[in-house]
Amino acid sequence: MNGACHCQTCALAGGPGRPAGKPTIVAIVGPPNSGKSTLFNRLTGLRQKVANYPGVTVEQRVGKTRVAHGHEITLVDLPGIYSLTPGSEDERIAHDVLTGRMPGMPKPDAVLIVLDANLLSRHLMVAAPVLALGLPSMVVLNMADELSERAGQVDVEALSEHLGAPVALISAAKGEGLGPVLEFLDGKLHAAAPRLDRALLNDIPRCRLWAQHVGSQTWKPPSPPVWTQRLDRIFLHPRAGPLVFLAVVVAVFQTIFLGARPLMDAVQALVDVSGAWMASEIPGEALRSLVVDGIWAGVGSVVVFLPQILLLFLFIGILEDSGYLARAALIADRTMARVGLQGKSFIPLISAYACAVPAILATRTIENRRDRIATILIAPLMTCSARLPVYTLVIAAFIPERALLGPLLGTRAAALLCLYALGFLAAVATAGLLKSAILKSERTPFVLELPPYRRPTLRSLGLRLYDRARVFLTRVGTIILAVSILLWALANLPLEDGARPPIERSYAGRLGRAVEPLIEPLGFNWKIGIGLITSLAAREVIVSTLGTIYGLEGDAASVSLQEAVRRDLSPAGGLALLVFFAFAMQCISTIAVVRRETGSWKWPAVQFLYMGTLAYAGAWITYRIAGLLGS
Amino acid sequence: MLQLVFSTSAAREARSKASGVRTLADLAEGEAGILAELDLPEEAARRLMVLGFLPGNRIEAGPSAPGGDPRIYRVDGAEIALRAETAACLKLASDDQDAHR
Ligand SMILES: Nc1nc2c(ncn2[C@@H]2O[C@H](COP(=O)(O)OP(=O)(O)OP(=O)(O)O)[C@@H](O)[C@H]2O)c(=O)[nH]1
Ligand SMILES: [Mg+2]
Repeated sequence: MNGACHCQTCALAGGPGRPAGKPTIVAIVGPPNSGKSTLFNRLTGLRQKVANYPGVTVEQRVGKTRVAHGHEITLVDLPGIYSLTPGSEDERIAHDVLTGRMPGMPKPDAVLIVLDANLLSRHLMVAAPVLALGLPSMVVLNMADELSERAGQVDVEALSEHLGAPVALISAAKGEGLGPVLEFLDGKLHAAAPRLDRALLNDIPRCRLWAQHVGSQTWKPPSPPVWTQRLDRIFLHPRAGPLVFLAVVVAVFQTIFLGARPLMDAVQALVDVSGAWMASEIPGEALRSLVVDGIWAGVGSVVVFLPQILLLFLFIGILEDSGYLARAALIADRTMARVGLQGKSFIPLISAYACAVPAILATRTIENRRDRIATILIAPLMTCSARLPVYTLVIAAFIPERALLGPLLGTRAAALLCLYALGFLAAVATAGLLKSAILKSERTPFVLELPPYRRPTLRSLGLRLYDRARVFLTRVGTIILAVSILLWALANLPLEDGARPPIERSYAGRLGRAVEPLIEPLGFNWKIGIGLITSLAAREVIVSTLGTIYGLEGDAASVSLQEAVRRDLSPAGGLALLVFFAFAMQCISTIAVVRRETGSWKWPAVQFLYMGTLAYAGAWITYRIAGLLGS
Repeated sequence: MLQLVFSTSAAREARSKASGVRTLADLAEGEAGILAELDLPEEAARRLMVLGFLPGNRIEAGPSAPGGDPRIYRVDGAEIALRAETAACLKLASDDQDAHR
């Protein structure tokens, strides 16, 4: 029924049987969300992202594993596929690697086909064309734990007989049943040529009949996932569903703002104490100033936000691991449809709450290219975690804490919530604009497979937080450290009569003064100007920059960063600064990844100018209105 | 074995209004039906077929997003969400007394 598919598969199926010897490059293939990355992580000890929704892995990832006698094998984790005819970018990648067309990637010489044992007969439809490639293959039935919990059964030997390939029943998450997989990797399990009728490959209905037949002979389907159906009755209830959603959002923001406080105060105390200790121990005024006022004041003011960011990631982790994220995409589909996108675009947008870079990669699951570009263009408007320190600092400086909904929601958390909503609305409005003007396209059908709900494990949440903390600290130790040192130098030069100049007359000060006329209409002075310039490297750098500047002014010890900010900004200017950061595209890595994913400089340039204009205009309007209301 | 009708969207709409054929979109939560035909362009139909939306297959309607659209459909033990506009292109076999729960 499909010409292109037909020819391709014939060419692929022509390969010979098993090459002699042990495999060296083994690809892990299978339908989305079957646990491929979990198995890959088990075997290699790496930490490829795992989450409970289809389309988590969007590019190939290579890792090494050692089987008996030190024989080393390269494993390749691939994006999930529903068939060998690629529809979206991530499916194309899996297809290209499997067929040896991926540049810089040798063709795999064996395949692990990972299927969800709970969906065996439907997943066999994916296994068939892969088996027909003629590579030595093992069919790995994953989620054995869920299968037995739900009283399903599978006859591994009979299945192996039907398929003509070795079969293993495992639980990748628990690490059970991996023995046969390791034997296969070691080249010990020999397979007869896969017993497949080639004719059924290009005929989907026939392929399904075959899969159903094999399934009925070898597999007792598990009982329906009762818990998933029960939970969906709540989460997708016409009235209760949205209410639960709202309650969760409010609780999350309140926790991020207030719950993180004690921990942040503790980190702050540590930074203060160690700073004071260094100030008393380090000899030489210049060195002491560099370390204490330059580095420690800058880096320390950002490190303080670690607990808050980890808390945010904990919530995102629970959302992703439980399976609720796919439901959220379902609920959001109507809104997204109104602006011309579809529910699938919602998943990258939610991951953009962590960081725009992985979110932009995640758009690869969107089949329609124009929809994909539109999603890439709006993703950086979503509130990423790098904005959180800026928001928290400015909100705490200008907005007094009062209860709004009793202990449930305070004014500060509400302000934070408003900023997140502002970013989201701007993203959605921009999408509407793009889709009605330059990126029009025919509506593509929204098709989303919903995973069963799963309980997030402590281990996986813990690993997420650990990895996130490492990323954050690496950023602090590289970008932020480098900018702090550079800034310290710029703020101390040129020497006047061999001594440090007042900051206004230093190079940094002159830079700030130079941009001051441009930003004065927004209510920002030259110190904020310096921060806006340095924050082009990364948003949170403005916090470390202000930390360094105030450190040099000699106030750091006596005044908190918050109070110092309050002296330099009017409340109206503070609000304008928040709006500016909500819209501006101050992130070099995002620009680079947009360039890579769209293949030209055109889109990142358009995006940078658009977001910059939005930021400037938004901040100006905010400053004006807030000024009028305040006076 | 496989009856696919390739048509433009305008023609498709006109036809589905004219005929009284029941489609997947007419199923209420908990109801099931046997799929007869996918009235969609080839590429879209192929994508749905690999997910199990095949003529002759039994499909049960599950819960929907608040507002009734999109809705979850249960196919071969999996749950797949479709928009009403897509579901309306998947026609059911008229003879489905025994598919009704
Ligand atoms: N109960 C159980 N859950 C598992 C098992 N293996 C994986 N999972 C869960 O299944 C979900 C999907 O796992 P992934 O490894 O991300 O699946 P994947 O095949 O790489 O998915 P894509 O990259 O989206 O194609 C995660 O929530 C895992 O924790 C298992 O053996 N038992
Ligand atoms: Mg994966």
